[in-house]
Amino acid sequence: MKPPEHTATPGNDIADPVARPDAAAKCAGTARYLADLAVPGMLHARTVRSTRPRARITSRRLPPLPAGFFVVEARDIPGRNRIRMLDDDWPFFAEDIVNHIGEPILLVVGPEAEATAMIASRVIIEYEDLPPILSLDDALAGLAPPLYGEDNCFAEYSFHKGDLPQARRAARQMVKDGFSTGFQEHLYLEPQGVLAVPEAGRLTVYGSMQCPYYVKKAVEQAVGEGRHHVRIVQTVTGGAFGGKEDYPSLLAGQAAVAALKSGRPVRLVLDRTEDIAATTKRHPSRIDFTTFLDENDDLLGMDVDILLDGGAYSGLSSVVLQRAMFAASGVYRVPHLHVHGRVLATNQVPAGAFRGFGAPQAFFAIEMHLENIALRLGLDPLEYKLRHALRRGDRTCTDGLVRGAVRLPEMATRLCEAAGYPAKQAAYTAGQGRYRRGIGLSLCYHGCGFTGQGEELIQGTIALHKRADDAVEIRVAATEMGQGAQTVLPKIVAHSLGIPLDQIHYENPDTDIVPDSGPTVASRTTMIVGGLLREAALDLKRHWQSGRVMDIRRTYHHPPHIHWDQEHFRGDAYPEYAWGVNVVEVEVDLLTGLVRVIKIWAQFDVGAPMDERTLRGQMEGGIAQGLGYALWEKLEVDDGRVQQQRIRDYTIPTFMDMPPVESGSVYNPYEFGPFGAKGAGELTLVGVAPAVAAAVQQAIGCPVDMIPVTPEMILRRIRNRKHAKPDSEIPPESSPRSRSRADT
Amino acid sequence: MSNEENGNNISRRKFIKGVGVGIAGSCVLPSLEQSAIAQAKEGGDAVHGGKELLSLTVNGKPVRVLVEPRMTLAELLREKLQLTGTKIVCNQGACGGCTVLLDGHAVYSCHMLALDAAEREVTTIEGLMTGEELHPIQQAFVDKDGYQCGFCTPGQVMAAQALLLRHPRPTREQVLEGMSGNICRCAAYPKILESALAAAEKIRKS
Ligand code: FES
Ligand code: FES
Repeated sequence: MKPPEHTATPGNDIADPVARPDAAAKCAGTARYLADLAVPGMLHARTVRSTRPRARITSRRLPPLPAGFFVVEARDIPGRNRIRMLDDDWPFFAEDIVNHIGEPILLVVGPEAEATAMIASRVIIEYEDLPPILSLDDALAGLAPPLYGEDNCFAEYSFHKGDLPQARRAARQMVKDGFSTGFQEHLYLEPQGVLAVPEAGRLTVYGSMQCPYYVKKAVEQAVGEGRHHVRIVQTVTGGAFGGKEDYPSLLAGQAAVAALKSGRPVRLVLDRTEDIAATTKRHPSRIDFTTFLDENDDLLGMDVDILLDGGAYSGLSSVVLQRAMFAASGVYRVPHLHVHGRVLATNQVPAGAFRGFGAPQAFFAIEMHLENIALRLGLDPLEYKLRHALRRGDRTCTDGLVRGAVRLPEMATRLCEAAGYPAKQAAYTAGQGRYRRGIGLSLCYHGCGFTGQGEELIQGTIALHKRADDAVEIRVAATEMGQGAQTVLPKIVAHSLGIPLDQIHYENPDTDIVPDSGPTVASRTTMIVGGLLREAALDLKRHWQSGRVMDIRRTYHHPPHIHWDQEHFRGDAYPEYAWGVNVVEVEVDLLTGLVRVIKIWAQFDVGAPMDERTLRGQMEGGIAQGLGYALWEKLEVDDGRVQQQRIRDYTIPTFMDMPPVESGSVYNPYEFGPFGAKGAGELTLVGVAPAVAAAVQQAIGCPVDMIPVTPEMILRRIRNRKHAKPDSEIPPESSPRSRSRADT
Repeated sequence: MSNEENGNNISRRKFIKGVGVGIAGSCVLPSLEQSAIAQAKEGGDAVHGGKELLSLTVNGKPVRVLVEPRMTLAELLREKLQLTGTKIVCNQGACGGCTVLLDGHAVYSCHMLALDAAEREVTTIEGLMTGEELHPIQQAFVDKDGYQCGFCTPGQVMAAQALLLRHPRPTREQVLEGMSGNICRCAAYPKILESALAAAEKIRKS
């Protein structure tokens, strides 16, 4: 049986694809991205960056500056030299200390881009090196002075459920496992960039960004609270994937200060090397499990320890850690649980938001762990996983209630049938010869909306403005960055009002016009912002008076049944969950270690799709980035320096790498989502890596406990197995047992 | 980065010439390239002098323009001619984002000197339109949703155009091969492929 592809749900015509409003401009080449904008009198800025991972700046020597050129540095900041984020440690410009290679020290600003770059390359910074923390191991060893606080820890949390010590005593078996994941670079194709324009009485910053109001707050802090009217306008954004959630705040603050200093517009666009070397990355992780099984081999208790590498500044790390922790036990029912997590500071490029936001690391680990337990017990991973998967009415890891139906069993069964999973799973274990096949499966969820108390803190507000000509303007801070917000949100409004789509207008956000509906992150745009828009639209419909100007606002509050205790991490960590199943088949060349992905099958429960074609784009795009994360995207930081600084060296999936993808969605409407919608943007990436890793593990008959699974790593594993002493030699078919230690 | 690696005097022009037109495969470090710009500026062909007259055809119109010898074709198009549809993504000949047609063949305009386009015919994404009307390839990308963020799209469209000029009835494999030099981080690949095939179909029928 074939899984329904891009299921069209009867009666749910909102899902029928429509022409995207940005299509013509993007395909004609007339869409204007930040670097395409030039305004009269505009100056160009170029950043001088630290070449040391940790040092005191002893001198800054500038070459002679031609007329019209100047520099901007920390002491030029009229407000506070701190980017306003969750914490208060990240400066716009380094003061006397630098904490990572690539950290901005000053800007050279001038009328001509190339000359500005030339002058910047001739600025001489002298340093006195300080003992750096160059890795998680360094951070754990604690030999160098802390970079943050007294314990060098950006955030540390733990939470409990049930009674783990009691589970430990009652257990019949204990299984230990450990996993690690690497950095990942967003590599949005449009580099980061902003343009700050001082005008009489106000300061406007245009930029490629996800979160105009984050940027606004950062700029206000840089230029001095209340001193200027700050306005932020999002320009057409060429991809973001989380990478334009945090970093644009830094760039906008810098450009704003430069614009104020000169009284002229200043454009700051990173070149590719700078963008890769200096902007945020996905957090590397180490995740360890100690799991207790009862007499039926069922999951009784689990102790999970999560360690994230946060880089030099805290940024969004504390919330990334929370999302990772709330995914620690995956989609499974674990009666007794303890989860502990820390983010440590290192003198490396700061880690930040990246599609999935902590969840991809956690799901790689938990899914591989469950796979290993099942194989160790001689059970089919699919069966074992489904046996423990959460069902409606169960309690999540934080004791939240699973309110909606969980359709994982039927999704997984259908997908596995389509993929021929059971037969292949059995056949591939006994693979022979140079080319070996493997098949892997993963189950995952993604919490839609902000983690924990986020939605209540932000209280996103939206507005609808009906004009006299009866056209309706959507006024939200949500940004289109390729994911389809400008397609989906107008559909929600048009369908709610029952008016044609071309009567709805939704421009890129301008903070002078739109209220703060929150950042464009956390798979919240369709569900939360779209939900508010639907409510407002229904209200507008009730009071509709043709020819009259009308304004409606709505502010988000959790539905009354949602409870969250931030202090103890107890309750509903998310308003709702979206679910996914991935099956991946690979072929590994044991001689070269190269992995060929033969096919990917995926099923997602996003509530109800708001546009089948846009959803398909999210599925294929998320899956491709997940594949890159699992197999090819290796970003190494050695001695504090990012090694892969060019697109050529950092290998993202190309046309040739893209395997056939058979993906679809099931209809499982969420009561409080617009037309039943939940979130979709991140879910599609989250579960790919463990399915790939499980497939490779089966193919090579050796444990895969880290990603990316590079050819070098595969060859090393195979070699080590061959050279292992006889008593520890593991027959390929039971290899994952080598990772699992059993104590009865 | 700051200036710790000065003191090599490869001019950017030589560097680019050595690599050739539109071929991925250079392995010169970016820092080196960076200082090559500085060197070039300090040398004879600085901003104020040493410009050369270039004449070429861009989107069917003759263009005569004074350029600095080290200017790339992408810079000429974007900065001098305001044809900003051509995107600069890597500026290192590695991604296809800046693809334009040179006498009907796809080239990476970031990886080629403007002067090397002398007396030749350049077509950019802007040159595909007829007035306000989209070219059938552009229309196919619209119809098939062959993009997401759109930043790679001008390059993809131009690569598709070059491909279809060569193979009016391309197979799936020919499209994959012909467009393999164009990356898309949104990974709209399946839909880009469909767009290119649909465009071929459409052009054939018309
Ligand atoms: S921008 Fe020219 S190839 Fe990447
Ligand atoms: S559409 Fe975003 S990079 Fe291709």
